[in-house]
Amino acid sequence: MDNLGTIGTTEEQIELMDVATNFCRDKSPVDKVRALIDDDLGYDPDVWREIGELGWLAIAIPEAHDGVGLSMAEVVPIAEQMGRNLMSTPFGSTTLAAQALLAGGSEAQQAAWLPKIAAGAAATLALREDNGDWDLSNIEATGTVSGNSVSLSGKKQLVLWADSADLIIASVKIDGAVGFALIERSGLPEGALRRETVIDETARSYEVNLDGVTVSADALFDASRTRETLEKIELAAGLIHAAEMTGGAQSVIDYTLEYLKTRKQFGKIIGSYQALKHPTVNNYVEYEKARTHLYSAAHSWGEQGRGEVAVRMAAAQSHASYSTAADRAIQFHGGFGFTHDCDAQLHRRKAILSGALIGDAAYQRSKLANLLFD
Amino acid sequence: MMADKPSAAELKDYAEQADAWFKENTVRDPGFMLPLTFMEVSTDQQFDFLQEWQRKVYEAGYLGASWPKEYGGGGLHSDFQRVATRAMKNYDAPIMLNAIGNGWAGPLILDLGSEEQKQKYIKPMLSAEDIWCQGFSEPENGSDLGNAQLKAVKEGDEYVLNGSKIWTSLGDRAKYMILLARTDFDAPNKYAGLSFFLNPMKIDGITTSRIKKLTGEYGFVQTFFTDARISADCLFGGEGNGWSMAMKTLEYERGAKVKPVGGFFVKELDVMEIVELAKNSVRNGKPLLDDPVMRDKMTQYMIDIQALNLNNTRRRMPQLMQDKPMGLPLMNKLARTELIRELTEFSLAFQGTKAGYYVGDENAVDDGYWHRSYLNSFSATIGGGTSEIQRNIVAEHALGLPKTR
Repeated sequence: MDNLGTIGTTEEQIELMDVATNFCRDKSPVDKVRALIDDDLGYDPDVWREIGELGWLAIAIPEAHDGVGLSMAEVVPIAEQMGRNLMSTPFGSTTLAAQALLAGGSEAQQAAWLPKIAAGAAATLALREDNGDWDLSNIEATGTVSGNSVSLSGKKQLVLWADSADLIIASVKIDGAVGFALIERSGLPEGALRRETVIDETARSYEVNLDGVTVSADALFDASRTRETLEKIELAAGLIHAAEMTGGAQSVIDYTLEYLKTRKQFGKIIGSYQALKHPTVNNYVEYEKARTHLYSAAHSWGEQGRGEVAVRMAAAQSHASYSTAADRAIQFHGGFGFTHDCDAQLHRRKAILSGALIGDAAYQRSKLANLLFD
Repeated sequence: MMADKPSAAELKDYAEQADAWFKENTVRDPGFMLPLTFMEVSTDQQFDFLQEWQRKVYEAGYLGASWPKEYGGGGLHSDFQRVATRAMKNYDAPIMLNAIGNGWAGPLILDLGSEEQKQKYIKPMLSAEDIWCQGFSEPENGSDLGNAQLKAVKEGDEYVLNGSKIWTSLGDRAKYMILLARTDFDAPNKYAGLSFFLNPMKIDGITTSRIKKLTGEYGFVQTFFTDARISADCLFGGEGNGWSMAMKTLEYERGAKVKPVGGFFVKELDVMEIVELAKNSVRNGKPLLDDPVMRDKMTQYMIDIQALNLNNTRRRMPQLMQDKPMGLPLMNKLARTELIRELTEFSLAFQGTKAGYYVGDENAVDDGYWHRSYLNSFSATIGGGTSEIQRNIVAEHALGLPKTR
């Protein structure tokens, strides 16, 4: 097999890992995470501003557009620590929007938007529709070109942080082919956004009604690069969610270990019972595998073929690992595990939303099988 | 002393030499069935062939390449041994017979032995002149090693041994045994009464009886000690230090600590062999690989294997090991051996009606290799501490959970 990824790190990755570990731990203690569940915005605007000032949104943006000029590999440790601390902000969706612009945007579109994003403006992608399909090309929303303007119609779902985003990049069918339209949120008509109730209460998601929205023709992506844009979006999303889920898996395992080390039943610390100990070790082993795959995916990012295999392995392993670890965490906390107060459910819900957004472990494996066996 | 880290060019030259040597010298089919690991050496024919093979590899410099020159090693940086080991795997070279010597006893003696012990034991160990075996498990104490009861009573400048050890791979052929015995029955705890010996096997009072394995092969024995007298010089690590010596040995055995010598594993975990098997298998008139369930499972195994192989690289990257530094080293044996068991079992599912055949039947797929591999895979999930014990070890030493009592 020569299409398997390898593992390695960059100095910048390691530096960012250290900074992100401290920042996310300090800025996102769990009581704050829980307080933000009831907040309309869903994140702390001061923290978001600091993230912009730290330059984290600029990491994978080229220097020519005021970015740092690194890659998604260096975004990974940040997303990992955000996932570990359940820190919800528009960081992921904004990073993905920037990657989409880099893959499919014109020089003018990149020049208009990337410096703003690098400086801290939020953006997001509108890809999903009512059919529930993970195939990004299976869409029905349309853009009809007439002279210099494009009128859009249809509904996009699961658009994260749409109310905070300055820019929404929506996939629409144009003359029967998938294309992308850049929509300024300020130009959306009243009532175009409906807040969705999503399973992960720490996230904010919207349905976007495109009916009656018009953009100019130069707000469309380059149609000749649609295929690579779709691929890039899918892989960047896979990588960033894999990072969040890996961090989440680590966190929920540590949370459970703390309980197993302190809770007593039948006169013994319950962590001494093999019925709890052994499956916890199994979950831990699966988490370590996920983390290894994550850093392989980061290291192999951008490599033809290998990159996709490594990212899908990371996405599959992290989703499976996060889901199981959080599921068992609920069970191992007993009655308390069934309550909203137990943090295990925050993780279990987050894993479900991540899988819903990028495709669950089985979906990633079916894509991988085609790459590996055919 | 640690040899200098080689340049990429030096390693490349060495790899080419090693590849050429193994290509030229490897006999893959000697005309009889070779054992899958050192634990299934059943016949004289197998033993003689493998002893000669190890000597040849050693003399060519590809075994013990990174061990100290003054004791018979090659004196090179360990990267050279990794390259040589890879060449063995590339050419499907037969296993190294003296795995206990090379893998556990040798590193232990190099780390803690006296100058005299290193001079005496290391070179003939590498050349397979002296075969080693391990006397840890007892009939009544398998995983509960610390409860070993074999008695070693000091009389003058000798110890008198009485008791029995079991699951002794190569026990009927070995010249030496690393032996865990009880020298003090009144010690404050069971661990404190243990001592560790480099025990000669070919002496009066030691007999062995062969045990037939579930595969139908032989390869391990029960060893009986009846007033066997050994010199007090055989004591290793000081009286009462047996538990600590045994634990150090297990670190090598379980792969938590590595002093690469080469040739221990028969093969890399390689799912592609199973993919080939699947490609050649038919279900409902179609290639088995078209079956979505099989594809999904196979893909998960690829993910697992890739993770374990990359874990070996990651564990040498301290920046990615900060959180639970002992996690990856301690989970290695558990994860790898369980995966091999699952994977070899899975391979049987491809064989359709032919899964019914075993070694020896002309209709058996690959001469029954997969069945033998599956049945033999339990040697690794049970030996060296069962997977259940390994989970306790990971839980207690990497995750900080309280001991199970």
